[in-house]
Amino acid sequence: MAYTIEGSTGPWEVVVGMEVHAQVISQSKLFSGAATAFGAAPNSQVSFVDAAFPGMLPVPNREAIAQAVRTGLGLNAKINLVSRFDRKNYFYADLPQGYQISQFEHPIVGTGVVEIELADGSTKEIGITRLHLEQDAGKSLHDQHPTKSFIDLNRSGVALMEIVSEPDIRSPEEAGAYIKKLRSILRYLGTCDGNMEEGSLRADVNVSVRKAGEAYRTRCEVKNVNSVRFVMQAVEVEALRQIAVWEGGGEVQQETRLFDPNRGETRSMRSKEDAHDYRYFPDPDLLPVVLEQGWVDGLRAALPELPDAKQARFMAEYGLSRYDAGVLVAEQATALFFETVAKGRDAKIAANWVMGDFFAALNRTGRTIEDPPVSAASLGRLLDLMADSTINGKIAKEVFEAMVETGRDPAAIVDERGLRQVTDTGAIDAAVEAVIAANPDKVAEYKSGKDKLFGFFVGNVMKAMAGKGNPALVNAALKARLGQ
Amino acid sequence: MTLTDLTLAEARDGLRAKRFSAVELTEAYLAAIEALNPKLNAYVLVTGEGARAQAAAADAALARGDARALTGIPLAIKDLFCTEGVRTTAGSRILEPFVPPYESTVTANLLRDGAIFLGKANMDEFAMGSSNMTSAFGPVTSPWTRRGDNRPLVPGGSSGGSAAAVSARIALGATATDTGGSIRQPASFCGIAGIKPTYGRCSRWGIVAFASSLDQAGPVARTVEDAAILLGSMSGFDAKDSTSADVAVPDFAAACRRGVKGLRIGVPREYRSEGMPAEIEALWQQGLGWLREQGAEIVDVSLPHTKYGLATYYIVAPAEASSNLARYDGVRFGARTAGEDLVALYENTRAEGFGAEVKRRVLIGTYVLSAGYYDAYYLKAQKVRALILKDFTDVFAKVDALVTPTAPSAAFAQGEKMDDPIKMYLNDVFTVPANMSGIPGLSVPAGLDAQGLPLGLQVLGRPFDEETVFAVGAALERAAGFTALPGIRAGA
Repeated sequence: MAYTIEGSTGPWEVVVGMEVHAQVISQSKLFSGAATAFGAAPNSQVSFVDAAFPGMLPVPNREAIAQAVRTGLGLNAKINLVSRFDRKNYFYADLPQGYQISQFEHPIVGTGVVEIELADGSTKEIGITRLHLEQDAGKSLHDQHPTKSFIDLNRSGVALMEIVSEPDIRSPEEAGAYIKKLRSILRYLGTCDGNMEEGSLRADVNVSVRKAGEAYRTRCEVKNVNSVRFVMQAVEVEALRQIAVWEGGGEVQQETRLFDPNRGETRSMRSKEDAHDYRYFPDPDLLPVVLEQGWVDGLRAALPELPDAKQARFMAEYGLSRYDAGVLVAEQATALFFETVAKGRDAKIAANWVMGDFFAALNRTGRTIEDPPVSAASLGRLLDLMADSTINGKIAKEVFEAMVETGRDPAAIVDERGLRQVTDTGAIDAAVEAVIAANPDKVAEYKSGKDKLFGFFVGNVMKAMAGKGNPALVNAALKARLGQ
Repeated sequence: MTLTDLTLAEARDGLRAKRFSAVELTEAYLAAIEALNPKLNAYVLVTGEGARAQAAAADAALARGDARALTGIPLAIKDLFCTEGVRTTAGSRILEPFVPPYESTVTANLLRDGAIFLGKANMDEFAMGSSNMTSAFGPVTSPWTRRGDNRPLVPGGSSGGSAAAVSARIALGATATDTGGSIRQPASFCGIAGIKPTYGRCSRWGIVAFASSLDQAGPVARTVEDAAILLGSMSGFDAKDSTSADVAVPDFAAACRRGVKGLRIGVPREYRSEGMPAEIEALWQQGLGWLREQGAEIVDVSLPHTKYGLATYYIVAPAEASSNLARYDGVRFGARTAGEDLVALYENTRAEGFGAEVKRRVLIGTYVLSAGYYDAYYLKAQKVRALILKDFTDVFAKVDALVTPTAPSAAFAQGEKMDDPIKMYLNDVFTVPANMSGIPGLSVPAGLDAQGLPLGLQVLGRPFDEETVFAVGAALERAAGFTALPGIRAGA
């Protein structure tokens, strides 16, 4: 069922396209040797090129170009062997050159496609229009001084990839799924760290609404939306605003708007009339970027397995559901963690433990998959203890909690705490006898046909054995005794 | 004979033979500057102290037998080249307080080879001009005057300070730059040699940009050989300039001795412009005759798109300039004129910092790049530019070099043509095609006009074939036997 918003005049369809700015992972900037690390002291990572001193010239960073090509390959996109850098001219205090070097007419990457997965299990393809490289601007700080603005040029000249999608997105959920998937692919490729809080991934969201079957209506661009949740919210509130405008007899004006997450609304930044004339033209300081097919092929061969392929493999190789496989491959580190646990073991049990107790422990402790409270190897050994009947499932949960707390090996915890499973049938029989003796009324009820009470007996026997009874043996012993 | 009369090659040999010291040579030039610069205004900054220190170091190097290509040679540096710790203005008010913390690649190459820097040469503001009248630091006066007429003349531009200094013998050679003729036209006006090498031959790194796809550094000098020696030091691949060419630097000076026997010299018929003075036409024919006598074959050729050269140049160059000059905003360096907000800061700074010609070109450039005009102007100009290059490529399949006049006139008086920018722009009509196509062009002093003013001939060559250009230029120079001297000069 397609997503629509019910207005006073009936249902409205939402149309969304996104422009995502992704900061390229590279040691140095797009056209200078200055460093790119986040969080350095203001203006400590600025070369004379970045500050646009007279006579300074840009020299393209080969690695940044390679990163753009890797990303293009990861988006199943056409790599343009000849591309060009253009100047986008405008004045601003944090734009030292008075122009941004970007790619206007001839981007390095052409059309591609990203597949997104929705909550109902369906998938959808979102078209990629293009990807181009450009310089980031510096940062203006207006709150440091009562009458002055401060400028930090650390970010000036850092390489960005602008990834433009087709207007294929039709709901807030799809918008969220798209940015999540894009982020996942970028992180897999190692071309962008995807950190939206630090601004290394920023989305401009183009939103319009229309009635079923109509051509596109006027769109508005919502700028700099910096979390997945905000992307989804921005789509919804902007769509609602536009519907109200249309239904109130007005007309949506093409403009740039800013999303305010605190107030849950978008506000006008500038109208089409105020739009800059950027006077794009080819940057005469730079030659066209000419790539050799062999070099591109080399990059392609070195790409890691990407989320879609990994998900398919997890389904085929480990027999996981599409959903579970999707959860496990969203982050490369999670997928690796899972595969380490699953190797040589029951994959479904491994998946359940990773997605269940392990994820819960991550959340609870605030640790990350890169620095987990329990290593994949330890979790694997815990699963081994279950598989060889050293402990049962219930005890395993207890051992796992102890592992989270102490960081110790599961076998050591089992030994120390005497958690080894009891398989001695004498001990089990004794516990069964005791429970039956203590509950003659329940025994009578069970025998008169109340089969559901069997669980009650199992629970009490296990309780009597401090949870350590082998469940299969306990079941068998009870069945035998009660069947008498 | 005074030290300042020596050519660069002679001075180099004299230093190596210890006939005089680098300190003596430098002091002679500094004394000449002190005497003549107040009249000429060729230097905007004289770095006497630095020059003396460099001269002492040069003498020490010569004493230990470590003589490099230019050890002890005193030069003027066009004020477009950033010089570390030495103010660099580009002839503009907006860079008046600017002291670069880095050395341009070209001047670093000269220092590597032992050169001495006497100071920074005056120039048209941001290299925009053909008269040196647009400098924020006052015009340069040519050391030449018309016979029986003391009115001050222009030295040409934009490298007017460089050309005047070399001509008046207050520099042994000078760096210059050429975006549309800014080396060749002043060289022609001042009776000296000057070459704009192939685009990419000299690094642009550290040279204040005017029009990036056209700008190219080169030397002005008293002889073709001197220019060849200087270019040898200035040239070379530079990884810091993406448009720098990774090609070997040949021995340009040796090429001056090659001769022209067997060379095919083209004469482009389109350069026979209407209204060209008869004496320039005559000098041109004479130059072709000299080459024929030395064994060259003269061939009539056609460059059909030449007539569009100037018009397209005045679209492409201002377009690039309008963008290149955006960085002069008063925010990070240079002059700043305060304003109540950011836009006022920009407007005030640029209104006060830029002169009229720079503003004119920024406006033209902004216009031709703006939405709705880009296709009609900038894009069309780029297409014509490709055709201009194709003209040269076709012609150079048939001939080894072209010979033309350098400029359509001799030097004019200060103040002339100032009311009509188009008339001023016409100065570049013969020089601009070499910039539009990137090919090398050399101006050689070949004779005097009826009023006693120098006239130059231009030699154009294939990309990266400066050697043939030097060979032809040296042949013209030998035949012309140009010995005339300006009225204002050291040792006069």
